[in-house]
Amino acid sequence: MRINITANGEARSLDLDPRTTLLDALREHLKLTGSKKGCDHGQCGACTVLANGTRINACLSLAVMHDGDEVTTIEGLGSPETLHPMQQAFLTHDAFQCGYCTPGQICSAVAMLAEFEAGAPSPETPRGAAPTLSDAEIRERMSGNICRCSAYPQIVAAIRDAAEGRA
Amino acid sequence: MSSVSDWEAPNPVKDNRGGLIGKGVDRYEGPLKVTGTAPYAYEVQPPSPPAYGVMVGAAIARGRITAVDIAAAEASPGVLLAWTHMNAPAQPPRGTKGHPRSTQGSKPALESDRVAYFGQPVAFVVADTLENAVAASHLIRLSYAAEGHDVAFHERLDAAGQPPGEQDVEIGDFDAGFAASEVRLDETWTTPLQNHCQMEPCASLAWWEGPDRCVAHTSVQMVKPAQHGLAETLGIGRDDVHLLTRYIGGGFGGKGQTYDDLTLAALAARALGRPVKVAFTRQQMMHGTIHRPATVQRVRLGAGRDGRLNAMSMMTWTHCHRDGAFTEHASNFARSLYAAPNRLTGHRLVKLDLPHAGAMRAPGEASGTLSLECAMDELAEQLGLDPVELRIRNEPEVDPENGRPFSQRQLVRCLREGAQLFGWDRRLPTPGQVRDGRWLVGLGMAAAIRGNFLLPAKCSFSVDADGVITVRQGMTDIGTGTYTVLAQIAAETLGVPLGQVKVEIGDSELPPAPGSGGQFGAATAGSAALMAGMNLRRAIADLATGDPGSPLHAGDPGDVTFQDGVVAIENRSETLSDLIRRAAPEGLTVEGEIRPAQDAQKWSQQTYGAHYCEVGVDPVTGEVRVRRMLGVFAAGRIINAKTARSQLTGGMIWGVGSALHEGNPVDPRYGSLVNQDLAQYVLPVQADIGELDAIMLDEVDDKANPMGIKGVGELGNSGAGAAVANAVYNACGVRVRDYPITPDRLLAGLIAKGM
Repeated sequence: MRINITANGEARSLDLDPRTTLLDALREHLKLTGSKKGCDHGQCGACTVLANGTRINACLSLAVMHDGDEVTTIEGLGSPETLHPMQQAFLTHDAFQCGYCTPGQICSAVAMLAEFEAGAPSPETPRGAAPTLSDAEIRERMSGNICRCSAYPQIVAAIRDAAEGRA
Repeated sequence: MSSVSDWEAPNPVKDNRGGLIGKGVDRYEGPLKVTGTAPYAYEVQPPSPPAYGVMVGAAIARGRITAVDIAAAEASPGVLLAWTHMNAPAQPPRGTKGHPRSTQGSKPALESDRVAYFGQPVAFVVADTLENAVAASHLIRLSYAAEGHDVAFHERLDAAGQPPGEQDVEIGDFDAGFAASEVRLDETWTTPLQNHCQMEPCASLAWWEGPDRCVAHTSVQMVKPAQHGLAETLGIGRDDVHLLTRYIGGGFGGKGQTYDDLTLAALAARALGRPVKVAFTRQQMMHGTIHRPATVQRVRLGAGRDGRLNAMSMMTWTHCHRDGAFTEHASNFARSLYAAPNRLTGHRLVKLDLPHAGAMRAPGEASGTLSLECAMDELAEQLGLDPVELRIRNEPEVDPENGRPFSQRQLVRCLREGAQLFGWDRRLPTPGQVRDGRWLVGLGMAAAIRGNFLLPAKCSFSVDADGVITVRQGMTDIGTGTYTVLAQIAAETLGVPLGQVKVEIGDSELPPAPGSGGQFGAATAGSAALMAGMNLRRAIADLATGDPGSPLHAGDPGDVTFQDGVVAIENRSETLSDLIRRAAPEGLTVEGEIRPAQDAQKWSQQTYGAHYCEVGVDPVTGEVRVRRMLGVFAAGRIINAKTARSQLTGGMIWGVGSALHEGNPVDPRYGSLVNQDLAQYVLPVQADIGELDAIMLDEVDDKANPMGIKGVGELGNSGAGAAVANAVYNACGVRVRDYPITPDRLLAGLIAKGM
């Protein structure tokens, strides 16, 4: 099936098997291997990308469902020479070790802050109150992204710095 | 042979004139990892489009494959080949070493009709696309003759035997000492089977350059055994396998060896004449790769009223595969930790039909501290002593088993500084006294210990006409920081900025190093790098002083200094790049080598730490939350404060997982593991971890290696879970001795106490 997506701002036309996940379309067809396959079942978050600005698990979504969508992957946020502030914050705070969950963590964090800015509550938000960006809020909202190296404290510190414009 | 005394001389790392040693510089490969541009094995772009391989796992734990039907798979769209043991390429029998010095024998895949464990790869499909390969893999039909499996560890303890070549270690007379002790403790703990769950499932990509040369990218912690094992399996020369592992998405011991993904990718690439890549699925990882085996640990402590241990015993029962020999040495660390005149430690091994047991982060200590460090907590309560004070009272002057002096031992300082920084004096010794809303709050602590090792390694250093230093080593970085510490050592040794250093690792064609494991990586690889760096300094000094065009000409090579990219003898100087461009435009390359000192065994070498933890326990639900955790560690000189801290905090969080979350039960019906993905296998996520930090004490261990550094990758894991468990007890008064401390187990105790 032919689908058209905008990947990191670039219009791409792909002829895909309808069984192809968005993750495999990105990794195997567009060679955007920054999005990682950690579980292929939506359980680890390593494949997190932004679809029309919303964070999704690319492994749980068929590519054909994204015809006409704008997809942003980790490669679309910044390059080694020009890091996105969230990427810089992860580097500064050593918010990763092996690096395999990292693209998903960073994409997730960028979208999470946008959700927070839009006033989306989480289970940590007191009922009826506007959320505040406490460490507990960050932890709750980032718990869909597993880091087996367990850089969790460093990830919270990085996201806080990026959110507060320090990165 | 070298001696520890050879390491006493000054060297550039010790001098640290540039101040790079110890500095928390950002990760060398960090910009690639945060932008998704570091290619892991499955992501390397081969010279032509790859075909996709998918493995099929056995559906029984023990028996034979009696019939196979691959016709439907072969006829499925896009399929290029389908293999079982019936038609897989012939390979040398397992363990064959055509070359006597191979570090790994052959590891054939699909070698016979025998099934030795559930999930063992028994069939393999390659197709033009991943989707076609997956679809075809579901069409393979296998019939089995199951032979009945033996997987019930706790029911088979009576069948346990001594691990091969091992004996119990007894000092003094344990039974008499224990019987004569005024205060006695005799309790048993259990720990479950655990899975590594590296974020990157094992994966390999292979292609052939001609009929006899294979290029293979894989995800493995040790380069040379992977290269040798593949060459032996393929029946080609060891140098005809070019094995690469540049980026590794977590290892933790589970990638200390290669698996059938590598063998099958290489065999299929040869058969098809095109690149083939193969990855484990997350589900396949659970059975198809090694795991940390379950243990039963009986701890007996006998002490006087003053808290001094008179007798100490730790016996561990554990399991490994019927064909394996791995032993989880959970009792070993107890031989060096506390003084006691009468001591008995040992292990018992049960052979089962479960998948292969193997090393997982801090093998031995990670499991073993979960019993002994809680037993010390229980003993302290019996004695009415503070748990920190009990440990200090049992501090040995020399290694309590072998009488050797400690190369360094700052356990007491770790305990004391941790107690002060954490606010340990606020702990109430009677459990269940502190409430915060619905939470019962408690504090716990535990000691940490992990051995230190140095292995042989080589490294090469080059300088080019731009003055750029390139470090080359067949070493790996599994997230540990190898790239970064090698860059720091190189920059400091040659007196150049970090930006003037390149690091190339993870390649079998580079000088061999043992890889990442046992927290020996930085010390081993780094010491070899220092040696290579010093050799390059000498070569550059000789070049400069011997070159009539150099301002340093005719000077004493021993007087040459290296700083800020400039070589100098007092006020005569030139830049490194000017020198090389003029005098050695092709550049210079030298090697260096480190070997363990022959007299290193005269000292007991360990790393130490102390964990402090605050938890909340909800007495209604049994939920446990880690609110605060602090670790204080002493592990020799620290090369990179930032990456070392990350290693330690990561290890501490593994301890939280061991205490509260992780474990994979065995399904006795199928001989399989119950949890087969990351939703079922519960491990710590972001919301499980509160405020958590690690602090490193100043230390230089001059008996360890020329740099005085030791490892930290496993130390943080040792003892961390026990601190959590002790905090749970202090919060609510319930001891759960079967890990993990899940709400159901804790609730049973809370209900029994009438809470």
